[in-house]
Amino acid sequence: MAYEVNGSAIEHDEEGYITDISAWNEDLAAIIAKDEEVEMTDEHWAIVNFLREYYDEYQIAPAVRVLVKAAKKKFGPEKGNNKYLYELFPYGPAKQACKIAGLPKPTGCV
Amino acid sequence: MLHTVNKSPFDRNSLDSCLRLAKKGSAILLIEDGVIAAMSGTAESSKLEGALADHSVFVLGPDLQARGLDASKLIEGISVVDYGGFVDLTVEHGTVQSWL
Amino acid sequence: MADTELEIEGVMKTFTFMNRKAPYGTIYALEVLETVLITAAFEQHANIVFVDDGVYQIKKGHDTGAINMKNFSPTFGIVEMEKEDADEDEDMDMVWRIIVEKESMEARGLTKDDFKLDVEILTSAELADVLDASDCIISG
Repeated sequence: MAYEVNGSAIEHDEEGYITDISAWNEDLAAIIAKDEEVEMTDEHWAIVNFLREYYDEYQIAPAVRVLVKAAKKKFGPEKGNNKYLYELFPYGPAKQACKIAGLPKPTGCV
Repeated sequence: MLHTVNKSPFDRNSLDSCLRLAKKGSAILLIEDGVIAAMSGTAESSKLEGALADHSVFVLGPDLQARGLDASKLIEGISVVDYGGFVDLTVEHGTVQSWL
Repeated sequence: MADTELEIEGVMKTFTFMNRKAPYGTIYALEVLETVLITAAFEQHANIVFVDDGVYQIKKGHDTGAINMKNFSPTFGIVEMEKEDADEDEDMDMVWRIIVEKESMEARGLTKDDFKLDVEILTSAELADVLDASDCIISG
């Protein structure tokens, strides 16, 4: 299974998470987002970029609580909550945003 | 506080670390392969013999029996407990550290 | 009912994580680390302790490329970040400590500079007091 991005194939698992995280690019993110029926705005990109930076530094996806804190810092206190993140990513900020960001599927629930 | 040790002193340093970090007055329970440390007349016996002044030491009977270890040859001062006794020790002492 | 809930929310316990195994050879180190990260969500006091071969978990310079295993050394950075958050947050009296036992460190010819985290070095007698004051100890 693979995504077709600008003529090249990027492998993914049965749930749509790419298997080689270094193969990610923004065009791919846009394709995955479209599959997920998420319309990417600047705020979506900010979350996706935060996830990628965090993963790059710590080799693990952040807990939702950490993501909430980051959103609060970036967009202000009224957006630093779970509700806002679920508005951006209706199927869950962890699962859906990680998929778009090209990270492995998070294993935990906190 | 209760410390449990489940490795033989001939195999691992679990008992050494336990004795180094257990506060005076805390209890030590030997389980699984840890029961080997409770036997007298071995090259490792002196460790627990020395510790008995500062700690109450228990050994789990079923683990002795399973290994054919004779309860009459335990280091003097070590008490044998059954599973019920294990539970009582845990409840009595609150916090448990398992030396794996 | 509301009072009861408030009371439950206010309970702070001290969790101590005893790391005694070297990384990569067994799964202990990674499992304890994951438990630490989960505990962070509950905002409790935590002592992250490295004893015996556990001190090698935070040795600088891990490179697991050639053994085909995930290098989880960078993930310890989250522990340090959680500690900083606990130190800085004035609303909570939460305390996180990262501790290495002096005897274990010296027995392995290591010094404080060998560790990638900023750790407190405690003697075994001092660490015994920390363990004794804990409500719950998670060992690996």
